[in-house]
Order: sequence, then structure tokens, then C-alpha cells
Amino acid sequence: MGDLATYAFTGIGLVFFAAGSAGLLRFPDVFSRLHALTKADNLGLGFIALGTSFQAGSWRDVALLALIWGLMLLAAATVSQLIARDALRERDGE
Amino acid sequence: MTAWLSFVAVGVLASLGAALLRVWRGPGRADRMMGAQLAGTSGVAVLMLLAPVEGWAALDVALTLSLFGALAAVGFVKAVSADGGGDPEEDDEGIVEPPPAGGASDG
Repeated sequence: MGDLATYAFTGIGLVFFAAGSAGLLRFPDVFSRLHALTKADNLGLGFIALGTSFQAGSWRDVALLALIWGLMLLAAATVSQLIARDALRERDGE
Repeated sequence: MTAWLSFVAVGVLASLGAALLRVWRGPGRADRMMGAQLAGTSGVAVLMLLAPVEGWAALDVALTLSLFGALAAVGFVKAVSADGGGDPEEDDEGIVEPPPAGGASDG
């Protein structure tokens, strides 16, 4: 049962990862690319973490996976704000 | 199971390739920074996938890599500002009027 869940969730995670990366390449504008990058890819990471947690031997690994995904969410939130501010300033400021 | 996890890891590496393509082609510096951020995210994903295969110590590496991803962007923004001090609030008046396209108007 655990293996089936791993297959399913890591597959879904890969789909979101591919969608996010395709969006990063195909979107016309900096700000729309940010959406693809920070949202789709992190969701893919979340599904991959969920899928891998079914394989985890101990609860420590599951907690570590959740912590890593939480940190990546925080990182993505702050990074997208910082990059958007910089892109905005580059377009309007200088 | 190992084959499937390796297959998904290769798929995630393909997205790392997409990130490098964005770094190469990205018109603006913001695009290149996004490529670096995606490289960090896909690195963490590969480490997560290979943890059951190679050994759960890979998770500690993924934890460290995820922190570096965040700090890389902070370094990028700080390096961009004139004196390197890089307080994002310092020259807010640099943006003369809100962007016409209804972008994120801050402050």
C-alpha cells in the first residue's frame, strides 16, 4: 500500500515540476514566470516529499521532509517578493 | 521502487536543465536569479527522491541546500543596490509611479 502511494504522489509531483519548469520557459513576462517558478514547483516538491515519506523508516525522516518543504515554501515566498521588487525597479526605476 | 524513484529523479533533473536554459537565455537578471532558485528547488527534490535509495542522510543535505536557496536570493538583491547595503526599503521612492500594468504596487 505504501509503495502504491509513493508511485502516485511522486508521479503527481513530477507532473507539477514539469509544468512549473515549462511555465518558467514559456511565459512571456518576468512576473508570470515567478508564478510558475514559486507555486508549481513547490507544489511538485510537496508531492514528492509526501510520496517519499511513505518510504521513510522512522518518523524523524517524515518530520525532516516536512521541515524541508516548509523551508522551501518560505524561501520561495521571500525570493519571489525580492525578485519581483528587483524586476519592478529595473523596469521602472533606473 | 528504486527504478521508479530514479526515473522521477531524472525527470526532475530535466527541469534543472530547463532552469539552466532560463539562466542562459534569460533577458533580465531577475530571470537568471529565478533559474538559480529553480536549480535549488530541483536539487532538493532529487535529494529527497534518492533518500530512500541511497540512504536517509541525503535529507540533511537537502535541508542545507534549501537554506542556501533562500540566502542566494537575499545575496542577489543586496548585491544589486548601490552601496551593497541593499536594504530593499532604502530607495522606495525610486519607483516614480505605480506600474501601468497593475503590477504589485508596494508601499
